[in-house]
Amino acid sequence: MATSRDDFVIAIRSAFLKKGTKQRFSLIGLIIFSIFLIFLNSINFKAINYLKSGLNEVVYRISFIVSLPEKQINNSVISIKNHLKLYEEFNETKDELKILKGKNFNLNYLKSENDRLRKLIDEYIINSEELVAKVLLDKDSPFLKSLIVNKGSKDSLKIGMAVLDGPYLIGKIVEVNYATSRALLISDLNSKIPVILEPGDIQSIMSGTGKNFGEIQHFKKEFAFTEKKLVYTSGAGGVFKSGIPVGEYIEENKIKFFSDLSQLTFVKLVSFEKKENY
Amino acid sequence: MSIESKKTIFFKILESAPLILLFISVLNEFDFNYLNYKYFSFNFPFILIYYWSLKRSDSLGYGFIFIAGLFNDVVIGFPTGLSSLTYLIICGFAAYLRNITLHPNIINDWLFFLLTILVATSVNYFLLITIFKVDVNYYDLTGNIFFTFLFYYIFSFIFEFYYKKVFKRKKND
Repeated sequence: MATSRDDFVIAIRSAFLKKGTKQRFSLIGLIIFSIFLIFLNSINFKAINYLKSGLNEVVYRISFIVSLPEKQINNSVISIKNHLKLYEEFNETKDELKILKGKNFNLNYLKSENDRLRKLIDEYIINSEELVAKVLLDKDSPFLKSLIVNKGSKDSLKIGMAVLDGPYLIGKIVEVNYATSRALLISDLNSKIPVILEPGDIQSIMSGTGKNFGEIQHFKKEFAFTEKKLVYTSGAGGVFKSGIPVGEYIEENKIKFFSDLSQLTFVKLVSFEKKENY
Repeated sequence: MSIESKKTIFFKILESAPLILLFISVLNEFDFNYLNYKYFSFNFPFILIYYWSLKRSDSLGYGFIFIAGLFNDVVIGFPTGLSSLTYLIICGFAAYLRNITLHPNIINDWLFFLLTILVATSVNYFLLITIFKVDVNYYDLTGNIFFTFLFYYIFSFIFEFYYKKVFKRKKND
């Protein structure tokens, strides 16, 4: 019994403390150093943030280059799929265009009416600044839905800015480096967006699921859904302005995003400012 | 350049292939997500690190594995040092198995690999959930562990073939 315990201790000691002939560091030394780094990270130590920021700049660029072949394969698969669906999509688009043309006639009138009414009730108007950025990396792993864009603090980017794909909300900036930034997508499990469901004026919080759809995490009241509802940002919390389209509530607690989050090449980064005394 | 020195450079590249592959895999984060299979993903660096730490620990080097972990943290947005710790735990398990094994056996290695990734992933996500308050989808995580375990068997044959072709031939030369 004692011998087998001795063997175990010797094997463990040899594995963790002994350096191989070509090894410069012992395993236990590096493990302790990793734990030290994690600890500094957890207390948000300043020097670690500088190290991280520098590392991010270098690694994002290298990763962009290394990812090119896989991206190319991915794009080829998508273009083949798109090509096969072309005729079907053409007919669908034609029908959709007809409907949209009809709706567009009313839109301008409604917009000017809305501005006029807002002015009447003395509400502020939102002023926004837009920036177009290229997607460097699109890390669609099961554990993290984020993307890296080629704009950073040198372009006056700030944490919390909204990331849009055309008119649709797709995420927000969570990390800003000098020339690059990371945006957390709305599909990420850790993304929580205050939203409003229309028609019905239902206030809620939308959470990502780690999949290509979102879910309603919290309702202020209980509602029975009998019809499809559109999901917009509610503007609660002051992070985003109200009324940015997000997706469509299609079935029992499932929100289909308007934007295809796996097909992003350029995105808009928008900051909103309240313009008082309009 | 003589043919001999050209040969040496070529063999050096072949010898460094596991390390190059490790850095490519952490920087590229092979995920095959465009295939859109539900719950399908696997952790290639786990397989690579375990196999080469077990068979030929000098191929990767703990220092490089640590740096690869730092790169992986940056790419997937984890706190700095977390992936390094996970990778080094895998190295520790592999080194322990190497020390206690007299006659290597693929099934033993494979089953021990399951224990290794269960412990390494548990440590990783325990720290993520408790210290950094990150939400995790446990179905995806289970799928990832399962497929990583499954794929080890396939990759071990590919790596074994490479190992015999490159390193054993060099020994014979």
